[in-house]
Amino acid sequence: MTVRVPSGEAAAPARDNRLVWSVHLAVAALLLLLQFVLPPFHHGMLARIMVLASYAIGYNILLGYAGLMSLGHAMFFAAGMYGTGLTVYYLGLGALPAILIGLLVSIAVALVIGWITLRTTGVSFLIVTMMLAQAFFLATLYFNRITGGDQGLVLTGRLPLLHLGLLTFSLAQPGVKYNVALVVFTACVLLGLWLVRSPAGRVLVAIRENEERARLIGYNTFHYKWLALTISGAVAGLAGSTYTLLFSYLGSSFASILYSIFPLLWTLVGGVGTIIGPLVGTTMMTYVVDITSGYTTAYLIVVGAALVILIMRFPQGIMGAVRARWPRWLP
Amino acid sequence: MSFTGHLFLGLLEGVVSGLVIALTAMGLSLVFGVMRIVNVAHGEFFMLGAVFAWYFSSLTGSFYPALVAAPIIVALVALLADRFILRPIRYAPEPTIVATIGLLYILQQLVLTFYGPYARPVAAPIYFRVDFPWFGYSGYKLVVAALAALLLAALWLVVTRTRLGLYMRATQQDREMAQAFGVPTERVYAAAFALGAVLAAIAGVLIVPVQQAHYLMGLDALLLSFMAVIIGGVGSLTGTLVAALFIGLIDGVMSVFFTPTLAKIVASLLVVFVLVLKPMGLFGGDRL
Amino acid sequence: MAPVSPLLETVNLEKWFGGLRAVHLVNFRLERGEIRAIIGPNGAGKTTFVSMICGRIPPTSGRVIFKGREITRLPAHARVGLGIAYTFQLVSIFRNLTVYENVALAVQRRLVRHPLDAIKDNHRSLTAEVEAALAEVEFTPPDDRPAGTLAHGHQRLLEVAMALALHPELLILDEPTQGLAPEEIASLGALIRRIAGNVTVLLIEHNMEVVLGLSQRVTVMNWGDIIAEGTPQEIEANPEVQRVYLGQ
Repeated sequence: MTVRVPSGEAAAPARDNRLVWSVHLAVAALLLLLQFVLPPFHHGMLARIMVLASYAIGYNILLGYAGLMSLGHAMFFAAGMYGTGLTVYYLGLGALPAILIGLLVSIAVALVIGWITLRTTGVSFLIVTMMLAQAFFLATLYFNRITGGDQGLVLTGRLPLLHLGLLTFSLAQPGVKYNVALVVFTACVLLGLWLVRSPAGRVLVAIRENEERARLIGYNTFHYKWLALTISGAVAGLAGSTYTLLFSYLGSSFASILYSIFPLLWTLVGGVGTIIGPLVGTTMMTYVVDITSGYTTAYLIVVGAALVILIMRFPQGIMGAVRARWPRWLP
Repeated sequence: MSFTGHLFLGLLEGVVSGLVIALTAMGLSLVFGVMRIVNVAHGEFFMLGAVFAWYFSSLTGSFYPALVAAPIIVALVALLADRFILRPIRYAPEPTIVATIGLLYILQQLVLTFYGPYARPVAAPIYFRVDFPWFGYSGYKLVVAALAALLLAALWLVVTRTRLGLYMRATQQDREMAQAFGVPTERVYAAAFALGAVLAAIAGVLIVPVQQAHYLMGLDALLLSFMAVIIGGVGSLTGTLVAALFIGLIDGVMSVFFTPTLAKIVASLLVVFVLVLKPMGLFGGDRL
Repeated sequence: MAPVSPLLETVNLEKWFGGLRAVHLVNFRLERGEIRAIIGPNGAGKTTFVSMICGRIPPTSGRVIFKGREITRLPAHARVGLGIAYTFQLVSIFRNLTVYENVALAVQRRLVRHPLDAIKDNHRSLTAEVEAALAEVEFTPPDDRPAGTLAHGHQRLLEVAMALALHPELLILDEPTQGLAPEEIASLGALIRRIAGNVTVLLIEHNMEVVLGLSQRVTVMNWGDIIAEGTPQEIEANPEVQRVYLGQ
């Protein structure tokens, strides 16, 4: 007796692949072209949004795919930020070495934090990540002689040049900022896509769906979660590194709990468990916050309202709701 | 002032703040225990208590109406939040955290809008000075400590001797069984949530003559309550009480000798330590 | 001739939950190629016992030895790697994933031995193996729907397919016929007989027809102890067993 796997299955991956790559490349191409038509304000906004969306993509790797909600990601973002920013400020390193150092710092932090926190799960995990991030935030205030604390450090004037082979770019130029942000964003999208569609990514989904079953199929779930958290933290750190170089500033506020809540918010809005979702969410909420802050100092109320509405009505976010209509292929 | 003087001051401050923290933390612990949820907006109820205390005392010129009116209003806010936010999401753990974070920002920013960013003082209802060998101490603070202790005792009576307390303990132990026995669990949840908020609000009212009312004061209160609940053992009211006093004392003593920032770092790490080592994670205890 | 060591052995295996003794000093041997049933009234400690074998819960004291190797301290996922597979009393699958994805995860575990393999995606061999596993249990998923929407009997078959896709040496089935229709029970029985050549089967069962018809030896547990062991006929005739279990 022959068993036929339904024709959808075997064919699906090939068809899937083409669709996935076309959609994501289309978005990247759109972003590439937009820079030539946008007025300066939106040009700068979009550069900032792309960096923050990279942060959200990193967060989503842990939340959407591994199923772990953290309230401490500001730690990783800030680790990259301080790693890169402080080496530029005090050591005058070039852009690429500084980013590399920021990345290494955030990977180290993520490895350690992962090792500590992944023994817990669910609400406990949420609280320990939050508390560790809080301790980290307080430490940046305590050591404010180095970090600049709340006031932070300004990098203008010390901004390194970006050396790529024979070409040199100044990070102060808006065009350079935009394209660096675009490159970083695209890299994070590609990394996310690759991870999600890899065998390791499938195991993460399995762990999210039914951890005990995943264990009893023989997967070391702790290691996989650790891997996910480290990659998630590294991407967040890369975003932090990029942010400080593009916006010439670093400060304790980026390590505060608000910056741990932001990626959660952006991911929820845009769609948990999708790769493009974070971009949608970050774009929407950044503009909403920006517009609201023009009307009132209490602009964070939109953050509050958004969280409540989302969790009550649209727990899957916008792209998640879209994906529910076209089930299979959107990663 | 001598070392002993400093130490005694630290201890005294610690006891006062410990009891106030205990009052706030009890509210959080009750909600944790009975409803099995984390209310991240808990600190905002504390803040609302303080802000409404300012409002009523400037409205009437006297502190005492605030002591009654503020907790009532906060209870109403809590009941509305329970009915329209928490109940629809069925008290699911992670969504509740997200929703209460949202509630935190809504409450906080509303207060910012209507009350403003400034810290405003409230006059203490009683002013007298108690003289110790090394320093004079605010008599009002001692009154606060005494009142907080009294309220904690009253809470204990409510939990152990009243029908509501019985319902709450039953619901905490086994919700389905309690329902089967006719306990109106939905109303018990609402009552527990409101009671938790009221405890925080009263703590806020009591402390406002000492601390001033500010729209951001809820965050500190939240963190300290969190620490007390987790270190004391989730689901255990006595544990929370002991931990709160402990934290208050440590905080009081450390703040006299070291910076508050360092004290908070240590306390945060202590919470992590406890949670990571506790094998049952967060919901291990099953007795109030 | 040297005695053949058993596939699985427990030595004085014990489990306490607080003040409750769930499993008491159990000494158990399972030979390669057996089909062994564990029976006993509810609360006898059967699931606790096999959970300690597959690694779901740690023993309070005692030892578990598999293929001559001490695995008492080994975590569950590592035991699966050594050749133990387990199906749960309450069917445990990935309900939101498709049948294909469910089985693929088990196949992947077996095929991906080296970290670098986890990066490459060898789709073709995966599909072939998934099809083979489903053929083994004679289950064709009708479409792409999530596994959680399948009928209970099919979910159970899927779970068994996943376990078999691991090519285990010891297959532990915890009340596999629970909730199945008579035809489904019969075909599961046939399946077990088919694979018994390659896999040692340990099953917890309440269905006495299945126990008597399928197993070669039966172990009876009560209140955490093994009270009898023997062939199905011996157990059926054992007065103590009758009193404790069959008489109920």
